[in-house]
Amino acid sequence: MKPGMNGTDVKPSVTPGVRLGRVSFVWRPWIVCVSLLLAAATFLVFCLSIGVGDFPIGLPQVIATIFGRGERVDEFVIMDLRMPRALAGLVVGIALGVSGALTQSIARNPLASPDVLGITGGASAVAVFLVTVSGGTAAAIVSSVGLSAAALMGGLGTGLLVYFLAWRRGIDGLRLILIGISVSAVMEALTTWLLVTADIRDVAQAQAWLVGSLDDRSWDEVQVALWGTLVLLAVVAGAAFQFKPMHLGDDVAAGLGVRYGAVRAVLLLCAVLLAGVAVSAAGPVPFVALVAPQVAMRLARCPTPPVVASALVGALLLTGADLVARTALPVSLPVGVVTAAIGGPFLVHLLVRANRR
Amino acid sequence: MDTQSVTGVESESGRTARLAARGVTVGYGARTVIDDLDVAIPPGVITTIIGPNGCGKSTLLRTLSRLLKPSRGTVVLDGDDIARLRTRDVARKLGLLPQAPVAPEGLTVADLVARGRHPHQSWLRQWSSDDAEVVERALAMTGVSDLADRPVDALSGGQRQRVWISMTLAQGTDLLLLDEPTTYLDLAHAMDVLDLVDDLHESGCTVVMVLHDLNLAARYSDNLVVMRAGSILAQGHPRDVLTAELLHEAFGLHAKVIDDPVGDRPLVVPIGRTHVQLDQSAINLLK
Repeated sequence: MKPGMNGTDVKPSVTPGVRLGRVSFVWRPWIVCVSLLLAAATFLVFCLSIGVGDFPIGLPQVIATIFGRGERVDEFVIMDLRMPRALAGLVVGIALGVSGALTQSIARNPLASPDVLGITGGASAVAVFLVTVSGGTAAAIVSSVGLSAAALMGGLGTGLLVYFLAWRRGIDGLRLILIGISVSAVMEALTTWLLVTADIRDVAQAQAWLVGSLDDRSWDEVQVALWGTLVLLAVVAGAAFQFKPMHLGDDVAAGLGVRYGAVRAVLLLCAVLLAGVAVSAAGPVPFVALVAPQVAMRLARCPTPPVVASALVGALLLTGADLVARTALPVSLPVGVVTAAIGGPFLVHLLVRANRR
Repeated sequence: MDTQSVTGVESESGRTARLAARGVTVGYGARTVIDDLDVAIPPGVITTIIGPNGCGKSTLLRTLSRLLKPSRGTVVLDGDDIARLRTRDVARKLGLLPQAPVAPEGLTVADLVARGRHPHQSWLRQWSSDDAEVVERALAMTGVSDLADRPVDALSGGQRQRVWISMTLAQGTDLLLLDEPTTYLDLAHAMDVLDLVDDLHESGCTVVMVLHDLNLAARYSDNLVVMRAGSILAQGHPRDVLTAELLHEAFGLHAKVIDDPVGDRPLVVPIGRTHVQLDQSAINLLK
């Protein structure tokens, strides 16, 4: 069979492209539709969540107020009291979704999420340490940089530790996960030990932080998370193009002209920082980073975690879980309880599927 | 220039080597695999690297493609030191297919082959009609146009290898490095893939590959590079290189080299211990 003898009259279904001036990209209508629907659903849940509370506000009024055409009372309740919490949910969801999509892509494994890679565990251990160990240095750290920033540093430090322990002439996905699991276990043990030995009043405060909650967010806290997330998303968007061939493995990517070591280091750092920002803003909300990219893959019918759709599913999951936690149950629960209830079974589903293959 | 390999324009570099290693020493960590090796890849022909397991065949191919950085010596690509070129510029000149690549589950053939255009794209220009054209031609040339919509993981081993070669072809280079393109394939599929490689060679590509099977290497290449323990034992046309003495020296293999009854290349007939109709003294002589 000579080249070109067959197939010249069969038009293969190569994905069509779109050109706008100097910019051109692949046109995938299905992913665009899914993303738009997810964005609409997220906005709807976001508004519903704002309307819920001791002073209920209807959906039309909420939407009118957000676009600046609401009444004075609504505006005060929504913009000053409820917006920080709702926005925090949105930002934390986006950060976790993107972080999970990046770690899962880098490790080429659906189990690789910031929870598994030790980032969340490290942040928690540092936060609990600072809450429970009363004394000069700890108190000084908390008063100077704040608990959130200290937790972020803990997450970053643990992330780097896992990265360097897993490094052996390059990064292997499975090795990264195994090292992450062991470091996570050490961090959890440390956290438990701190909780057992600490003063009971500090333990209550630490426990509340550990479940992951959006309660009592202030505008200042939300702004830090919001800007941090935006900057990191810009970096991710910049590096995303070079990342595309890396799903095919390091050697193939190198053959296609990608400096994969540098691209991976930048994106893994972004993933760790995004997870750190999320943990410092809402505590270790479990499973969102694991579940969001996998749900996004299935909805968008992509072979690899799509970053934008993962961000939107993350935001929808977290906002939705917060809404459920505050309304559907007799007592108002922290959001982490609901995401754990969704995420646990989903993790089992992933493991069963992986075993069947 | 992108389409040179597909349209069949002869490479203009003439007789000079496209790719050459000069005094290259390379290894993994403290372990040296190749020590002070020189090799030149002639243009427009199929060069096949053969040698026993662990002799450094793949290491040499990876060094030639810049996947491995030599601790001493240089690799020269079209007259330039490959270490000084941008990764992207290397990818525009040299296509590489690593050993046993794995595609993500569910990735379609068309999307995989489209990835081959990456070295020609940029953040702003991620996909153009040129790209679509080159990908369609690469699909057609490797005979996988009909499979374009199928997920790569649903294909047979032979089809899958064709698809990966198609991706390398979409890169638009006329210099292809293939690391054991027939691994895990049965003989019929291996022949099928090598026929494809020969088609690419006919259309003007320079090919360097690593193969295990000596007879397939002899049949499909014009230039053999025989390695042992990190250095080159012999290099040249299969008819000149493949001798019983050399096979014994390189592999420690007792074999008889005869004329291929269906071709003009040598054929290696290995001599084992059983079912061999040589008398014992002849076997002892061979040893």
